[in-house]
Formats: sequence, C-alpha cells, structure tokens
Amino acid sequence: MVETATPALATPKRETPAREMPIEAPALGAPVLEVRGLSKHFPVRKGILRRTVGHVYAVDGVSFTIGAGETLGLVGESGCGKTTVGRTVMRLIEPTAGTIHLDGHDVTRLGKGEFRPYRRQLQIIFQDPFSSLNPRKRAGDIVGEPLKIHEALSRGERRERVAALFERVGLRRAQMDNFPHQFSGGQRQRIGVARALALNPKLIIGDEPVSALDVSIQAQVINLLMDLQRDMRLSYLFISHNLAVVEHISHRIAVMYLGRIVEYTDKITLFTRPLHPYTEALLAAVPVPDPAIKRIKRVVQGDVPSPLKPPPGCRFHTRCPYAEARCKVEVPALREVEQGHHVACHLR
Amino acid sequence: MAVIDHDAELARAGANVRGWMGGIFFFVRRYPLGAIGAVLMAIFLATAVFADQISAFDPFTTNARISLAPPGGEHVLGADFMGRDVFARIVYGARISLAVGVGATAMGCIIGVMIGLMSGFFGGWFDLIVQRLMDIMQSLPLLVMALVMAASLGPSLTNTIIAIAIPLVPNVARIIRSNTLSLREMPFVEAARAIGMSETRIAIVHVLPNTLAPLIVLATAQLGSAILVESALAFLGLGVPEPHPSWGRMLSESAAEYVRTAPWLVIFPGVAISAVVFGTNLFGDAIRDILDPRQRL
Repeated sequence: MVETATPALATPKRETPAREMPIEAPALGAPVLEVRGLSKHFPVRKGILRRTVGHVYAVDGVSFTIGAGETLGLVGESGCGKTTVGRTVMRLIEPTAGTIHLDGHDVTRLGKGEFRPYRRQLQIIFQDPFSSLNPRKRAGDIVGEPLKIHEALSRGERRERVAALFERVGLRRAQMDNFPHQFSGGQRQRIGVARALALNPKLIIGDEPVSALDVSIQAQVINLLMDLQRDMRLSYLFISHNLAVVEHISHRIAVMYLGRIVEYTDKITLFTRPLHPYTEALLAAVPVPDPAIKRIKRVVQGDVPSPLKPPPGCRFHTRCPYAEARCKVEVPALREVEQGHHVACHLR
Repeated sequence: MAVIDHDAELARAGANVRGWMGGIFFFVRRYPLGAIGAVLMAIFLATAVFADQISAFDPFTTNARISLAPPGGEHVLGADFMGRDVFARIVYGARISLAVGVGATAMGCIIGVMIGLMSGFFGGWFDLIVQRLMDIMQSLPLLVMALVMAASLGPSLTNTIIAIAIPLVPNVARIIRSNTLSLREMPFVEAARAIGMSETRIAIVHVLPNTLAPLIVLATAQLGSAILVESALAFLGLGVPEPHPSWGRMLSESAAEYVRTAPWLVIFPGVAISAVVFGTNLFGDAIRDILDPRQRL
C-alpha cells in the first residue's frame, strides 16, 4: 500500500552521520509515564456573561505509556491536539478528565506544591527557540534557573553545574554570559535542552523541538537528544508533525487525529504496515526527494473538521475513502489488532 | 549608482564603540539632539545639587532697596518686587522642580507598574475592576485632576508631588498592563512555569524586566510634563507655597502686574522651565530610539 513511502522518510538522515538506533524499546518495569483517557476540553465563552457556548475538544480520551529510555513519537496535523497533550502532561494546563501516572504515582490531581517534586522528573523543550528564552537573561542564568528553584546550591556550585550542562549540550562554557540573541537558532535550542536537563529529569517532552530549525541543524539537535537518551536513559515524548524526524528518533509512534489516537504501534510496523486509513494517507503525503519515483497518490479530500464540532462516530469518516455507514455512528475503540499494534478503526 | 560603504555603515550602527568615552562620543554623533537634551538635563541637575555654590545670594532674603532692579550689575538677572535676587531664586527653584519632577514621576511609575503588572498578569475580576478605575481616572484631564488633588490636599511640596503623581498612574498602568498581557503568553513564561517557578516570581523576574524599556521612555517624557504641571499649578496658586522659589509661582506672581514694567521677572523663569522640559523631551526621544528592540549589542 505504501511501499514507496518508506525511502522518502530518510531525508534528514543525509546530513546525519549514521547512528545505531536503539530499535528494541527497553520498556521494562513500571512505565515512566502512563496516561489514561486524557481529555482536555476548552470552554468557548461568549458575551458579557461569559457563558459557555461550547467546547473545543482538543484532546479526547488519549492513552499511552512511555517506558524508561523509550521515545514515543506523537504525530498528527496541526490542531490535532498533540501540543495540548504535552502541556497537559506537564500540568501547564489542567486536564478535563483522565489520569497521569508519573513513575507509578498518580499526579493528576496533585496541588501545585505537591506536584513540585515531580516537576524535577518532567521537563519540556519548546518549539520556538527564540521566544522560549527570556531575551533579558544571560544564557547561564536561564539554564541555572531550575537549579535555583529546586536545589540549594552556592553561586559557585551552580555555575559549575551550568558549565557542565553547557558542555554536555555542545556549547562553550565561555558562552554562559551571553544573551540569547547572540546565539544562533540551533544554539538557542541547545540552551533549551540544557535547561530541561538541569534537574536530571526522567522524561522530557519535546514539543516540536526541531520544527523551527534548519534541516541540517535539526539533525544535530536530534542526534544530541539521542546521545543524551543513551547516556542518561531518558524517556522522550516527542511531539512533531514531521514523520521523517519522528521515524528517526522514536521507538514507538502514536498518530493523532482530532484529539484522538487513531494508531499506536512500534515504528517499523507503522511505517511498513500502517492499518488506519489516516496513517496511510499521512505516509503517502510525505514528499519523495527523487523525481524518478512515481507514487500512487492517496490524497485525503477536504479539511480537518472543526474540533468545536467534531463529527460523530469515527472522527475521520468525513475524509476516509473507505468509510461505511457505521463509521458515522459508532466510535471505534482503540483495539490491539496484533501484538503491540493498536488501531481505532472498524474496518481493520 | 549606490555604493555601500560597509565601514561607514558599521560605524553608524555602533559596531566599533569601545569603552564609556567611546559610548558617549557615539551617542553625541548619532543623536545630536539627544546630546543637547542630555547637556540641558545635566546643567539642570548640577544647578539643583550645587545651588549653594552657584548662587551668591540667598533666595529668601528681601531687600527693599533693590526692588524690581533690572538685570545686570550685581544682580545678574535682576530682582523681584520684594527685592529678592531672581538668579538665586531660579537656581534654588531647580531643586523644587527636580523634586517635583523626579518625585512625582517615580511615585506615579512605581504605583502604576504594580497595578499594571498585577492587573495584566493575574487578570480576571481584579483586572476588570482596576481597568474601569483607570478609565475613570483617565477620563479626567491631568490638570483638572491635579487641581482637585492640590485643592483638597492643600498646598505643600509633598502634596504637589502626590497631586501630580496620581494622574500619572493610569498612563503607566496601561502601558505595563498591555505589555504584560503579551508577555505572559510568551513561551519563556511557560518555561518558567514548567520548572516550577511561582507566579509572583515569574511576574517579577521574567515579565517586569521586559516591560521596562517603554516605561523608561514614558518616564523621561513625564519628567518634563510633571515640571510643567507643577508650574501650571503654581501659576494657579496651588503649587509649592511661598516663600519657596517655584518657577511656576515666580511666573504667576509677576505675569499680571510686572510683565510690562519688569519683563525679566517673567522671561527668566519661563526660559528655565522651557529649557528643562525641552531637554528632558529631547533626551527621552533619544532614549526611545536606543531602547528600541535589537539596538543593543
């Protein structure tokens, strides 16, 4: 079905020196992160009385787990709720429903103060390396800020820790006193990575961490992330719309459409035997950097429906080429159709 | 055909500025008007600080023999009808103007920043109520507001400062609030939240410093206008009371009676007020240019 899609996905690897990929997902023991039935509905308020006139169903019943040292790629079109998932897990926004277990502890309903110790295990890297660093703070202070909050260190000790972090992410110690605008985009993202690493977290959420960078720089940052994972046994929730990048870094991949996970399996299976029609379409849409290769076009018609009024039944039925009558009524559950391969589709 | 001289372009952008002497030289070359403003402000400051050394006469001593003495001779700028040296009064008057200008601006800015920051950052009902209050305050003209304040609080230096500072508050609060509103959505604020920083600390450490550039511009502009408002209040008889030498009062006392017979009583305080306000405005404009984003190296 998508025999031609696979070679296309290798694009960014060109600039990347080959790196042995940790294929076998080392999911042993309790998962670092376990998300069950996570939902986030943003109320839409109108008028002077700010009455709720509807909800944006940004995330609607999403479940996944991430093991130690594992990377879960979360892909989907813009507006499908993948960023909201990341922010909700970070507790930057409160979930409407569902549970979040961090290292076996339920952290969903913890208060601000109670959640603080868990923050150390959970960090985030933002998409935009320009606006995610305070322009008036020195790079060293930005990276040292988490230490200032969570650890009682002397000024000198903190500076040493920050210097070590700078070297860890490939920046020079002398650059600690520079301001963010004196760095390039890639270097700024390294500062963002160093800040996320400062507290030795177990899980880092990457919210499109390389989308704003040049392709050659993307490869460097991704390699840095993979090196860090190998050395520190980090887990990543890697949010991206770029399939090639996700394929390179992830062990398992979850595909999201309009707030729901439609397919969830390991990387190889997803790219070789995708089962959900949406995943098929997504893979077929990846451009092939070789004009000689002709592809079967499997273009999905229409636009993504509004998350304000998601279609009933299967949310993809409005654009699905195989849609049947029951797809319009019945919500397909995410079923395990084969070992470790979950699909939410009536037809598979 | 246009030829780009790269060295000249770089020099214009301040690429080779070294040391503070170089910095001053660059500022003068790049902002000649701003430099004039800076010089005027420096003279004003020096006058206020070294008033005792500059003036040979006491501003309060009356001498009937020299009443309405014209400029020149021993009393350089003449004397008023009570026989007080005009030069001395102008020199000491700089202190009053400085106190009013800096005091009122600082007070207005500090209160305005606190209100604007809380209102913008925490939002909600607090924001709604505070903003309507600011609307009400802003709908009254600054001078009328200051007049009411001065009239109800009574004439004294402190009350004059308060009266001028209060109408300043909504202006500052507005600017800080609008900046805060856009800043609180910035990813670096979210990043601070992600590392577990408290909201109050985020507001002070991450949001506040980023709102200061427009505030400095506003403050320099307000410095001049505060001095002007004080003069106006004094002119209307509500400013700093006698016998303190306020420039505005010097003007108001002599304007009606002596403008024909002893015009120096009107001209010199007027020149002093204009020079200082002009100076602060020129300097403020240059500061605004310098603090424009990405101008700093």
